[in-house]
Amino acid sequence: MSERIPVVKIGRVLIASIPSDLGDDTALLLQEDLSKQIVEHAASGVIIDISALDIVDTFIGRMLARLASISRVLDALTIVVGMRPAVAITLTELGLTLGGVRTAINSDRAFEILQSLDVREEDDLADLADHVS
Amino acid sequence: MSTTNATRQIFTLLQDQRERIFPRWIEAVGARSRGRRSSAETQVELRPIFDALVAGVSGGGVNVDNPAYDELRAILAEYSRARARQGFTPSETAFAIFALREAALDTIHDASGSLDYADTAAFSKLVDGLGLITFEAFALARETVIVNQNEQLLELSTPVIKLWDGILAVPLVGTLDSARTQVVMEGLLQALVDTGSSHAIIDITGVPAVDTQVAQHLLKTVVAARLMGAECVISGIRPQIAQTIVDLGIEFGDIPTKANLADALKLAFARAGLHVRKLGLNA
Amino acid sequence: MSADSDGERVDISTDADVVRVRQAVRAFALRAALSIVDQTKIITAASELARNALVHGGGGFARIALIEENGRVGVRAAFEDSGPGIVDLERALVGGISTAGGLGLGLSGSRRLVDLFALDSDSRGTRVTVTKWKR
Repeated sequence: MSERIPVVKIGRVLIASIPSDLGDDTALLLQEDLSKQIVEHAASGVIIDISALDIVDTFIGRMLARLASISRVLDALTIVVGMRPAVAITLTELGLTLGGVRTAINSDRAFEILQSLDVREEDDLADLADHVS
Repeated sequence: MSTTNATRQIFTLLQDQRERIFPRWIEAVGARSRGRRSSAETQVELRPIFDALVAGVSGGGVNVDNPAYDELRAILAEYSRARARQGFTPSETAFAIFALREAALDTIHDASGSLDYADTAAFSKLVDGLGLITFEAFALARETVIVNQNEQLLELSTPVIKLWDGILAVPLVGTLDSARTQVVMEGLLQALVDTGSSHAIIDITGVPAVDTQVAQHLLKTVVAARLMGAECVISGIRPQIAQTIVDLGIEFGDIPTKANLADALKLAFARAGLHVRKLGLNA
Repeated sequence: MSADSDGERVDISTDADVVRVRQAVRAFALRAALSIVDQTKIITAASELARNALVHGGGGFARIALIEENGRVGVRAAFEDSGPGIVDLERALVGGISTAGGLGLGLSGSRRLVDLFALDSDSRGTRVTVTKWKR
């Protein structure tokens, strides 16, 4: 029953696409896989594509929030992309705001956000180096 | 009972004089159709009405509320609907039915026969009843046409416009009701996905007033867009609307508002990391 | 037409059954021709209630049906468990609280997603029925 969601790595970014019917086991496996791979690949970002999901209930919402928190602890930014309008409207009505979860309209936008963060980090490091020398 | 008597009289009249009354009726209606209907078309339209009337009288007397008139009522309603759609006026439509009375009474007169007063009154009342049915169906049909037009207008009047790569705008014009706001907002959210835009401007310069529900829908849209990873700005809030929002106790929270579309666009540019600069004349 | 002539029963005893409830509700929502947003709302509400029955009620079952009333068509989903019942109903319906590690929005949130919401809970179990009409 429990299938593994494949995690793809592009540069320092990990990408996982959630299937349309997300079982609880699959969700837990994804959490494990992602935490492991963030450390393994020293990933700076995680993109979770939920465009196939036709609903997000509080359980899935909680899972996304947990993924975001775990990756933050591991120094990677998680961005959830592709939320359908009907899902967003339903979540709003439900009162679920997904606090702390960064979202982007699509993965292109998410890559831009992650790249701009990388650049900023490099700038900070350069500044630091200037101070030290 | 006199009604029973009247019923029999009227039934016999319609039945026996059918070949005389029906053509007369067709002629009268045709004369008023201003050439929009051929006599053959009129015949095709009115024959079922006549037949259903005869059936109605035989089964339900002169009382149009009787179930025996169900078929006639349905035919009349359909006839009125068709006429409403074709642009006939209500009086032209009702005339077509009232003309039956003249056609019948004239036929009797010509045949130098006569209906007594009670029978004439009963028949008159029957035709009046049928006229009222057409009136009602006609009004209902027109209402449906208006509702449909409103819906079409709604789709036309709320376009989502691309202002810049990644920046969309919906200029709302006219009175917003809850249903319309919902349609517009769902359209905006879908457009964000379709165009991959992260910024949206909801401009309500053309909206004279909002109620609590509409304000709530606007807010929910901004929250939903944010969940999807897009930021909204609301621009063009009129002073009266600002007062309503405060009076209703609606919390706009951290949703940015701008006085006009230009300021909202400036904010969207800034958020998208775009900078607009005036070029020097000699540059 | 009788109210629920062609209902479907789905037992809820494992996590996978929650997915099965969602699939069943989706099928009925499609048959009722609900709008995409309304489909999403009723499926989400059903998912919350199925999980409630599983987590709080120790399992139970759902009955989903297409209904027709006064010319309106809709989807009705009823959930029944034989758990200990909801002790503080009022608080559970206000939302924001949670007793089993949820976000505390399951019951109050699903009520906001549907047109009709009926709840009945005692020491023998909890029964929740939700309805969404085609607009």
